[in-house]
Amino acid sequence: MDPNGSLIFPSQVSTIAPEVDALFDFILYLSIIFFILIVGGTFYFVWKYRKKGEDTFTKDLSHNNMLEVLWTVIPTILVFIVFVWGFKSYMKMTVPPDTSMEVKVTGQKWFWTFNYPEGATTTNELVVPVDQPVKLLMSSTDVIHSFFVPNFRTKMDVLPNRYTQLWFEATETGEYNLFCTEYCGKGHSEMIGKVKVLSRADYDSWLAGAGNAGANMKPEEFGAKLYKDKACFTCHSIDGSPLVGPSFKGIFGRTEKMTDGSEATADENYLRESILEPQAKVVQGYQPIMPTYQGVLKDDEIDALIAYFKTLK
Amino acid sequence: MSVATTANYLNEEKGLKSWLFTLDHKRIGMMYLFAVMIAFFLGGVFAILIRLELLNPGQDFFTADTYNQLFTLHGAVMIFLFIIPAIPAALGNFVLPLMLGAKDVAFPRLNLASFYIYVVGALFALYSIVAGAVDTGWTFYTPYSTTTSTSVISMTLGAFILGFSSIFTGVNFIATIHKLRAPGMTWFKMPLMVWALYATSIIQVLATPVLGITLLLLIIERTIGIGIFDPAMGGDPVLFQHFFWFYSHPAVYIMILPGMGIISELVATFSKKKIFGYKLIAYSSLGIALISFLVWGHHMFTSGQSEFSSMVFSFLTFFVGIPSGIKMFNWLATMYKGRITFEAPMLYTIAFMFLFAIGGLTGIMLGAISIDIHMHDTYFVVAHFHYTMMGGTVIAFLGGMHYWWPKIWGRMYSEKWARVAWALIFVGFNVTFFTQFFLGSQGMPRRYYNYLDQYQPLHMYSTYGSWMLGVGFLIMAYYLIYSIYKGPKAPNNPWGGLTMEWQTTSPPIQHNFEEQPVLEHEPYDYDTRMVVNDQLIKKEDVKEKENINV
Repeated sequence: MDPNGSLIFPSQVSTIAPEVDALFDFILYLSIIFFILIVGGTFYFVWKYRKKGEDTFTKDLSHNNMLEVLWTVIPTILVFIVFVWGFKSYMKMTVPPDTSMEVKVTGQKWFWTFNYPEGATTTNELVVPVDQPVKLLMSSTDVIHSFFVPNFRTKMDVLPNRYTQLWFEATETGEYNLFCTEYCGKGHSEMIGKVKVLSRADYDSWLAGAGNAGANMKPEEFGAKLYKDKACFTCHSIDGSPLVGPSFKGIFGRTEKMTDGSEATADENYLRESILEPQAKVVQGYQPIMPTYQGVLKDDEIDALIAYFKTLK
Repeated sequence: MSVATTANYLNEEKGLKSWLFTLDHKRIGMMYLFAVMIAFFLGGVFAILIRLELLNPGQDFFTADTYNQLFTLHGAVMIFLFIIPAIPAALGNFVLPLMLGAKDVAFPRLNLASFYIYVVGALFALYSIVAGAVDTGWTFYTPYSTTTSTSVISMTLGAFILGFSSIFTGVNFIATIHKLRAPGMTWFKMPLMVWALYATSIIQVLATPVLGITLLLLIIERTIGIGIFDPAMGGDPVLFQHFFWFYSHPAVYIMILPGMGIISELVATFSKKKIFGYKLIAYSSLGIALISFLVWGHHMFTSGQSEFSSMVFSFLTFFVGIPSGIKMFNWLATMYKGRITFEAPMLYTIAFMFLFAIGGLTGIMLGAISIDIHMHDTYFVVAHFHYTMMGGTVIAFLGGMHYWWPKIWGRMYSEKWARVAWALIFVGFNVTFFTQFFLGSQGMPRRYYNYLDQYQPLHMYSTYGSWMLGVGFLIMAYYLIYSIYKGPKAPNNPWGGLTMEWQTTSPPIQHNFEEQPVLEHEPYDYDTRMVVNDQLIKKEDVKEKENINV
């Protein structure tokens, strides 16, 4: 559980979270009262009026209009309050402020891609400044996914045929879990990312460095980092075990049979093609389901990945 | 079976053929009971396997693919093969004509046809297991279900066929209730179980065709490639969700309404009290049936439907909660000043009050849009619907089964073992599912094969609870089956009930009653009637005697 959270909720890290939790608490207290009334009443009555001694006729209490009106009207008023409260906080949740910064989110089997207004791109890690409304414009390239950050108390489905949007304003720096909550197949539970909330200064320097992340690294180190950051690991292991796709262990120079019966050897050009046009050649025994990384990976990043693959003997 | 020396529906005709071609509602009900129990067993095994895999994060026993198939099968089997037919088609089939004082249902052949259609549908659904089990979840959301390589067609075709079985039962029950009530039994003198079955039948007849059409469209999309739901072919995936929930939300009331009917019977019989607010309970069943058609969009608050739709659906959702609340208060008031005994069916009634209260109240939480946005598709929702469907419907079904068991078989089960199983099921259920409320509110998404380490302790307790549940059900299976062969002979009216099914023999004769029964007292007249050792005692007679003595 979240060490900073309560027994019920993870810690509140968005402007909307306290409102959602307050409504939840209100209903929880009401529920406890009603639970004691109904279940406590049941226990009390079954004990008090348990059969003692001989069989007897019981009282003719067929109905009581006053009571029945009461236990219809009072709950009706209460749920009406809950409805209005729930709707009001929902409206705040759905209408982004004009000052929002916009990030484009793409969900696909089984990772998230984030495109920032300044041109940067990240995978499985959404980086945002603290105390800044952020509007996400989301779409999917395959099936339905759903974007859920428990600490923000917000969630929205990500659809293949339209944009959906979601906004939040993070109130504390830190790293928070991002889950896919619409079932999307084999890798559904691996479609987990992070939302990294940075101070404004840290965000700006991150943004400045985002374009040349591999500048100070050896190509194979940078490749290893990309293997993690770009979520290659969801489908390709480095220990030889086959996942959704073939393992990267010993991939460079390996000759494999393709689904069309031909054979191909994984050289630099083969690997480049498989990253940018994954459907061109598919190894036998695997499904042609890998999405293209065209536009997601730059040339130097593909170079780095190939350098990294060469080290995986 | 050497049940009784006298002729009854079990022994009058013998041989397999006499069962397979029977038109007797009681035998058809028992064949249904047998079939849904197999389904419940299978669904239960899938559940235990799911919980086993979730004991630890990462891969324990199954691959992700197998896990996804397991939770799909668990949902589809439990819903389409078990819980929808369990009370109406199995128990309802047996007791409805008996409660009405009728010889059979209105259309006995349609009744048998409904059973065989169920069997065919079930075979299609189960064939999908060998044909590459479906991995879509029981909700078949598009475009995943249009694109997955598993045997979606076999499973959806199964559900499509099962729909007809459900519609046939509904039509049959509506006609039976309208036309075959005993002389003197006006609408407001019917047992509340009958009202509940009537409301259920209306939903079955009106909502099920929509599911049929939806699944057919999905099959057409997959086979011929006509784009209806898949955006790649120009369709709209959210349309599928609207269609699907237009049936599947009313369907949860197909599941719970008959359970509420059973509880109304049990509360009155074991409190020996006139049911409190008869009319309000009857009307609330109809109210639930009507409003249930107007709330489907509350499954779709995060789907991309308009904010305005979400608001309307949230508003209406709260009003489907009110009639359920009314029933709870009426049952509570029925116990007041009763003469309460604690045989197994009453224990299930108490468990129902406890569990359904939690299920209902958490439903209010989920009805509030902003809370649902956080809870949607997490374990909180999983816990909520298990509290209503299992804590509500299944517990009521078990209560009803223990209640009518002596009538069905003419034998009594062991009360002692019934208590042991009840306690295990009650505690096991809470351990399994109460933990899931916390998992969900902490953010654990449903349908996850793997999960973050922070959720492990609660998952572990939940899995332990599932073992307790499993043991409880095995004990129950044992003492119930044992009782059929070796149980002591049951009296005609072991609980002192006043509804008509207790006025015939246990087990009933083939045509239910020796002669057409006439309604002489209302179903819950415990203020003036009581049954001791199968003998009806009237208050006026007792008074007269006392007067003579004086």
